[in-house]
Amino acid sequence: MRAAGDTAMTARRPAPERQRTFDVEKVRADFPALSQRVHGKPLVYLDNAATSQKPRAVIDAVTRYYTAENSNVHRGIHYLSEQATQAFEDARAKVARFLNASDAREIVFVRGATEGINLVAQSFGRRRLKAGDEVLISVMEHHSNIVPWQILCEETGSTLRVVPINDRGELLIDEFQRLLGPRTRLVSIVHVSNAIGTINPVKQIVQMAHDRGVPVLIDGAQAAPHVAIDVQELDCDFYVFSSHKLFGPTGIGVVYGKVHLLEAMPPYQGGGDMILSVTFEKTVYNAVPYKFEAGTPHIEGVIGLGAAIEYVTGIGLDAIGAYEGEMLAYATGAVSAIPGLRIIGTAREKASILSFVLDGVHAHDVGTVLDQEGIAIRTGHHCAQPVLQRFGLPATARASLAFYNTKEEIDALARAIYKVKELFG
Amino acid sequence: MSDLRELYQEVILDHNRRPRNFQKLEGANRTAEGYNPLCGDQITVHLILEDGVIRDISFLGSGCAISKASASMMTATLKGKTATEAEAIFETFHKMVTADLSRTFDPLEMGKLAAFAGVREFPVRVKCATLPWHTVRAALEGKPEPVSTE
Repeated sequence: MRAAGDTAMTARRPAPERQRTFDVEKVRADFPALSQRVHGKPLVYLDNAATSQKPRAVIDAVTRYYTAENSNVHRGIHYLSEQATQAFEDARAKVARFLNASDAREIVFVRGATEGINLVAQSFGRRRLKAGDEVLISVMEHHSNIVPWQILCEETGSTLRVVPINDRGELLIDEFQRLLGPRTRLVSIVHVSNAIGTINPVKQIVQMAHDRGVPVLIDGAQAAPHVAIDVQELDCDFYVFSSHKLFGPTGIGVVYGKVHLLEAMPPYQGGGDMILSVTFEKTVYNAVPYKFEAGTPHIEGVIGLGAAIEYVTGIGLDAIGAYEGEMLAYATGAVSAIPGLRIIGTAREKASILSFVLDGVHAHDVGTVLDQEGIAIRTGHHCAQPVLQRFGLPATARASLAFYNTKEEIDALARAIYKVKELFG
Repeated sequence: MSDLRELYQEVILDHNRRPRNFQKLEGANRTAEGYNPLCGDQITVHLILEDGVIRDISFLGSGCAISKASASMMTATLKGKTATEAEAIFETFHKMVTADLSRTFDPLEMGKLAAFAGVREFPVRVKCATLPWHTVRAALEGKPEPVSTE
C-alpha cells in the first residue's frame, strides 16, 4: 500500500502538445472492430455516445495484463502483485494528468459515471442535505444524473430543482442564476448532453455556484472523449466520467473529487482494501482514494483505461476537437438537407452528436433500416426522457461521431436516410 | 432492401400509415396500458368485453411502425373473438415472431397476421410486435398496473 504523499501520487501536467496533422485513415487502422462488415456492408459505427470502439493499444494492454501481470493489487508481497500494482497506480496517475488534477489521490476508481454520481450523492450529498434543501440539475441530464438525486431527495426531504433550456437546447443561464437560491446545497450538471450534444458553460456554472458557496459535480461521461478537461481550471468539486466512452474498457470509471472533500466524506462501500485495520470494536478506514475502493478493483479495466488515455492524448484532444467539429458541420449540412428531417439540439456550442427526427417515420424504424445498411445508430430516448419531453418527442434517432468517422460514412448515413424515406414514403 | 421488405410488408406499412380502431372507445369496460421502457413505445388498449366476448376494441398511443401496425391488425383480428380465442391467437402469434422454427405457420391460420412472420429475423423488434398483445391480455385479465415489456 502506498502512503499518502508518496511522490508517485503527485501528477504533473505535461507540456502543452503542439497541433498535429490528423490522419483519419491511420487512426482507423488502430481500431480492429471498424474494418468489419455488417449485413454485407462496411460497418459505419455512429453510436459512439453509447460506447466507443477500442484501439489495439487498449486491447493489447488488457491482454498483456492477463498474460503476464495478472495478480491482485495493493496486498501481495510477490513480484506479480508488485507489477500489477505498479500498472494500476500508473493508470491512476495518467487519469490525474488527463484531468489535470493536482494530486492522484483525487482520482477514485468506480464502475462508471453512474456509480460515480451515486457515490457523490450518497457519500457527500447525504450529509449536506436536510429537509427543505435543494439540489439543482438541468433538463438535459441523463437519467444517471437525475435518479440518484431523486433517491437522495426522498431520503432527506430535499427538493430537486431543474434548470430549463431554450429551443436550441442551451441551458438558460439566467434561470440557473435565479434557481441558485439560499437553500441550494448542491449543483450537478452535465458537461455535454448525450441526447442533443450541447456543451454547457461549466466553468461559468461552477463560478456562479461557488459565489453562493454551493459545490458542483460535473457529469463528464460525454465530454471526456471530445473536450479537453482541466478540473483545476474549472474549479469543480467533483467530476465523473466512464472509460468505455473514452475508448477504454467497460465497467470502469472515475470520480475526481477535491482531496479535502474526499477526506471529509464517509466511505461509500465497506470491505477489503478500504481499511487500515479491522476489529469488531473499531475499524480504521484507509486514506483517500482507497477509502472509496472497497474490494478487489477492476484491475484490467483500470489498466485499459490508462492505455486509452495514453492513446487519446497521443492524438491530442485539440486535434480531435478540430476534426470532430469539421465532421459535425459536414454531417449537419448533409442531413439537414433531407426534406422532412429535423435536427433536435442546435446549440451554438455542440459536440459531435446529431439527434434527429424524420416526418412520419418512428426512430426505431429509421434505426432498423440503417442497420441493414451496416450503419449503427441509437434510437429511443437515450436515457434522457425529460429532455425529449421538453421537445415533445418520445424518441429520436441519434448519430454520434468519434474522431475515427469519415465524410464517406456521413454520406452513407444520408443515403440510408433517403432509403428510409423511400420505404416509408 | 429484400430483408427489409420481409419486415415492412405492404400491409404493415398500410396499417402504420392508417391505423384501424385508433381512437378512444365509448363505453369501454376494460382498459390496459402497455409500455416498452427501452424505447418509449406506449399503447393503451380499450375493450368492451361482454360474456367473455370482445364486442369492440380500440387502441391509442405512440410507437414504431411495427408496434402500431401490430396493434391495428390485432384490433381488427380480435373484434368478435372470445377471450379464450384471443389468448390462443396470441400464443400462435408469439411463436411466429419469436423464431420458433420448429413448426411452420399456416398463413390461413394466422390470416393477415402472417405478415409479421418477418419480425423473427429482427430479434430486437419482437417486443414492438408483441407489446399490443401483452397489453390486450392485461386488459382481458383486468390487471390494473401497466404492462411492461421488461
